[in-house]
Formats: sequence, C-alpha cells, structure tokens
Amino acid sequence: MNEILVKKNLTPVTKLIVVKNPYVAAKAEPGQFIILRVRENGERIPLTIADYDREKDTITLVFQEVGLSTILLGKLEVGDRILNLVGPLGIPAELPESGTVVLVGGGVGVAPILPKAKELYRRGVKVISIIGARSKDLLILEDEMRACSHELHICTDDGSYGFKGFVSDKLKELLDGGLKCDEIIAVGPIPMMRATCQTTKPYGVKTWVSMNPIMVDGTGMCGACRITVGGKTRFVCVDGPMFDGHEVDWAEAWLRAGMYRDEEKVALESCQCGGGK
Amino acid sequence: MPVKQRTPMPMQDPAERAKNFSQVALGYTEEMALAEAARCLQCKNPQCVVGCPVSVQIPKFIGLIKEKKYREAIDVIKETNSLPAVCGRVCPQEHQCESKCVLLRTGQPIAIGRLERFAADWEAQNGPVIPERPASNGKKVAIVGSGPSGLTAAGDLAKLGYEVTIFESLHEPGGVLIYGIPEFRLPKEVVRREVEYVKALGVKIETDVVVGRTITIDDLFEEGFEAVYVASGAGLPMFMHIPGENLNGVYSANEYLTRVNLMKAYLFPEWDTPIKRGKRVVVVGAGNVAMDAVRCALRLGAEEACIVYRRSRAEMPARAEEVENAEEEGVKFHFLTNPVEIVGDEKGWVKGIKCVKMELGEPDQSGRRRPVPIPGSEFFMECDIVIMALGTSPNPIISQTTPGLKAQSWGGLIVDEKTGRTTRERVWAGGDAVTGSATVILAMGAGKLAAKDIHEFLSGPQDKW
Repeated sequence: MNEILVKKNLTPVTKLIVVKNPYVAAKAEPGQFIILRVRENGERIPLTIADYDREKDTITLVFQEVGLSTILLGKLEVGDRILNLVGPLGIPAELPESGTVVLVGGGVGVAPILPKAKELYRRGVKVISIIGARSKDLLILEDEMRACSHELHICTDDGSYGFKGFVSDKLKELLDGGLKCDEIIAVGPIPMMRATCQTTKPYGVKTWVSMNPIMVDGTGMCGACRITVGGKTRFVCVDGPMFDGHEVDWAEAWLRAGMYRDEEKVALESCQCGGGK
Repeated sequence: MPVKQRTPMPMQDPAERAKNFSQVALGYTEEMALAEAARCLQCKNPQCVVGCPVSVQIPKFIGLIKEKKYREAIDVIKETNSLPAVCGRVCPQEHQCESKCVLLRTGQPIAIGRLERFAADWEAQNGPVIPERPASNGKKVAIVGSGPSGLTAAGDLAKLGYEVTIFESLHEPGGVLIYGIPEFRLPKEVVRREVEYVKALGVKIETDVVVGRTITIDDLFEEGFEAVYVASGAGLPMFMHIPGENLNGVYSANEYLTRVNLMKAYLFPEWDTPIKRGKRVVVVGAGNVAMDAVRCALRLGAEEACIVYRRSRAEMPARAEEVENAEEEGVKFHFLTNPVEIVGDEKGWVKGIKCVKMELGEPDQSGRRRPVPIPGSEFFMECDIVIMALGTSPNPIISQTTPGLKAQSWGGLIVDEKTGRTTRERVWAGGDAVTGSATVILAMGAGKLAAKDIHEFLSGPQDKW
C-alpha cells in the first residue's frame, strides 16, 4: 500500500508520482483529493488526484515543493512508501455531458485540470484548454493535456513559450473573440483563479474553481478549510472542493491561505532539509 | 462510621502544570486506594451500578481492591468495560455512579473513578493478561470509527466470537480519545494501551479509511460483513454565524485540539504541524471540550486564557473537576456573556471580540433558564485567538452515501433507542453520530447496546428488522 511506482521531475520544483493504493484508485473521480503524511511527526496535507488507473490500482499526484511536507514528499524515491494516504475526499466535480467547456490551469493547477479534461473529452464534450506557467521550464503536462483537448492554448508570463501573459488574459482574448462556452473550470493559485473569475464575470459564464486551503483531517471534523461562498461559510473538504468562483470571497481565502506563513519558514529552517531555497 | 471525606487525588502543582502537557491528576498510590476502598459500604442493592452506563460491578471491584486482589478487581471491571483506564480519567462520575452513592447523605461519595483508574493503572504496571481469544463464529462485523463507542462494541463482539474490523478515517486509532482529549487529562499512551487490548481480543483496525468515501457501507456488505455499527463520532464543528468567524486566529475547538493532541503541534517545530500561540485566548463555550481547549491555550504560553459563556456557572456542562482544575491553573471565566462579533485588524487577524452581557430568563427546552441579552451592555475584549467550542453536528458523509439510512434534520442518525438499529437493515449506530456531542461513557454505553443487539440479531432468524 502507498508504494511509489513512478517518479518524474516535471520541472525543477514540480514532481509527479504514481502511487499504489487500490482503495483510492477504485473510487477516485475527477475533482477529488487525498490527504497524506510523509513521516511519523509529519503534517497532514491535501493533494488533488491528478489521475487514477483502476486496473493498475494506482493514483497520480503532482506537487510543487513549496513547503516542508512537499519537500519531504519529493525526497521519497521509487519503492518507498508514503506513511499515510487517505481518500478519495471531497465531492467529485459535476461535469456536463455535452456542450463546450473551457479548462483553465495555472502552474501546478494544470494537474487537477487533467482528470477533468480526460473525462470531458471521453464524454464527447468540446474541451478548450488554456494552461500556463511563469515560464516555459515551469509548464507541466502539456502533452497529456493536448491529448484530451480539442484546442490547447499555452501561456507563459514571460513569453518564453506560447502566448505572453496570464491564462486569464488569454481567456479574455478568446471570450472577446466570440468564444461561446457553457462553463469554465479554473484551477491554480488563488490570484490566478481570482483573476479568471473577474475576467469571466462580465460575460456571465458559470465559472467553477477548485479550492485548496489548509486542512487537517479532511473529513469535515476540524473546519480549518472554511471559506465564504455566497456569504455563507462552507467547508471545502466536505462541501467542495469545487465552488462557483463568482461567489467565493477571494480576499478572505487569500488571507487564510497565509495563516501559517511564519511557521512554514520556521519549519523549513529547523529541518535543514535543503528547503527554503 | 465511614470517613466522610474522600481520599484526595495527588495533583501536579497548578502553577507548574499550567506550563506542561504532563498528566494533571497523578493517580492514587496503593495506600490511598486502600483507604478510599475502605469507605465503600458494599450496599446490597448498589445504586452506583445503576448510574453507570456500562453497568460496571462497582461494589464488587472495590471489595476486591479492599482485599488487595487487584488483578481480580480489574478483571471484574473489564467484564463490562473495555476501556477502564480511560473511563477512570474522563467519565463525569459526579453525574453518574458517584451521584447515586449512599455516602452522599453524610459526606462525599466514594471516589469510584479514581479507584477504577487505580485498578487499570495497576494492571498496566503489572502486565496485562492477554485475553483468551474465543473461537471464531465465522461472522464478520464492520465498525465505523475507532473512538470509545466503536472500541467498546468491537471488544464486546470479539469476546462473543465475531470477526470484527474497525475502519478509522484518521491515521491513528482512538477517535476523540486521541485527537480530542489532551495528554494532560488522558495520556495517549493510556489510549494506545486500551487499543492494544481490543486488538488482542482479535479486532482488526484499518486506519486511513473514510467509510462513505474510501469504501461505502454497501461495499462492506458486498465484502461479506453481516452487520455494520456506525460510530463515526462528532462531525462538523458548529460556529455562531457572527461576523469575523473566518478571521485568521479563529479556530473550532476540534481543529485546535486536533492540532495539539493528534498532530502534537505543541512540539512544533520538532513535529511539523503548526499552531498559533496566542497571548490572549478566548474560548467560547463551557463544556469539557471548552475546558480542554482553554487549558491547552495556557500550556501553549497564553498570558491570559478565558472562557466566555452565555449562561451562568451553575449551567456549565463541563465535568466539575475539570472546571476546578482550570480555575486553579488560572483560567478566567466570563459568565452571562455572549460574543456578537469577532473584530479583525487590517491584515485579517483577530484583534478582539465584542460581547454582550446576558441575564437569565424563563427556562428553555433544556430546562435551563434561557439567557437573554441585556440591551446596551456590549463591550470589547482584546484577544488574538478565539476558539469556538459550541459542539458539533454529525458528519454527513455516511448518511449521504448510504441508501436507506435516515438522519434527523440536524444530522444525527435516527436509531431505535432500545437496540441502536438504524432505518437501514443490518446497520446500527451510536455515540456522537446519533446524539451529537456527548460523553465518552454514553458513547460506550451505546456501543454495548448495539453489540448486544447485533449478537441477538445475527444469532437469530435474521428475518425481522
């Protein structure tokens, strides 16, 4: 259980691992996540399921090494086991059966977009994907996304590859150009999802986002992951992780995401595991 | 004439213990236990047993302690209670067994909980007897959750020969005993010992499995389980729905205690999970969970930690001993006070809490006098952490994913009180999943009841639900 079967470096800071877990592989649906713990004194961290293979009993996780736990996870090699892994958690994404969907993925957020793209493509929905990163070397899963998109647009902030600008800029260009779509799904860092929602609001297109807040248990018990949606407090772990992006209180979500920024630095310094670079 | 006063419990010094997570109540020595046991009148018709939700044969085990037959004493307790070291520490005895003690007429009741703990701790020190595993009857029972209710049901069913598997969503078994109740009141080593005992009875525990997500109840039946007991425990923490509750620095008690107890955030950065150490901490609520949270806050270095409670001292639901302990440690109490708003600074952090003074009006449904706000009495208290300890509502995951399983509008699973049977055939439920936040011992009582009925059902014709 939880053995790492494949490990790939997608970028200098982003890794992909394929993990054996028959339970999660059997039940996972697009939009769901898992919670894992790397070591006995480790934190519980949520990661979105980037792919799953029911036949091989595996799930795929993609993560950016941004904090202590993800750095420790990145140090595990093929053959190592993840100490604890529980899931699939959250409510699966409600994906349409027909029509046109625009998928917008920023940075490591392209990974959670992938299973949705695959499923939509399989259903015969027209999939238009916009994926981006700060620069060409940080872009992930381009080939995989191309294989399940009818149109794929690539953006980089510095223009080193594809469209120069944010994914939300590209989306605006497409919408201004007369693109008609039934809904938009955006996944990525909070500023990227917020910008995407601000872009789509005037066009009145339903825009789903996938939230990734701080969590502890991931089953509704603690409420660490609460956000405000449409003026009401919701728990991302049991009510989400997908929400109507036009209803999300982004300012609050951003502040809450930074609640432990000081402690994260302390943790990195004290472990001397090569983090914080 | 029996001694009127009970033998006092040796305690860590309040000033000292408010700074550490070590056990507060140190436990009776043998001499103390013998002195206390000698007070028991050995009633012919013992009311204490009636007051115990799991019917521990109290005079019998106390009599054995009196005779220094400690092994026999713990065996008597374990006949009906699989978790004596836990119950001896956390049961609200003053409302249960001890409230019925005949000694109350002339003095203090016998300290049943302390003697139970003595017997359990004696066993831990002198080596537990590995229970004999009964021959399997070939019938598989699944239990959802490894808290006090699930462990109790599992222990009872295993003793009857069932093949029991407990599914636990967290990475460590024990439920609220592990994530909720702090080390200084219930050392985790004690919980692990009790879990090991249940495992020694033949019970399998699978951690990291969320029933309803990882595996459904329907899947369990397909895998050959003939009965399922749902003891999934306290669910979603309640909030007050006042402005400012999502500011940084506002915790549910569940989150605060889980970080401290399960994730050992008090040992950060040696352990990886962080927690905010506030200077002035306000805990809203006055139950056992609120006491645990406020006492943890002190131990995490708060200069001031206080309870804000909308009713008066008399209505506090917490165990009397814990309220006393908290007061000795320096916790302040603001009674008849209710928060109306949590106020934040420009960076989204808590800087204080606005409260209103209350007065007691007519009795409400619970029989307690309803607190009503006094107009114009609003005031502001500075603080940097607010912890909401207002209870929980059961987790919706299982009721949402199990066809035929009905829940109350507030989320509690609907069961037959006499049997623990739910509206879905072969599914029983008990503990906080049914009642909302209650006590360890009530959850254990529900586990016992369900185990008994599961046994009756599975050994009968199984034709009537």
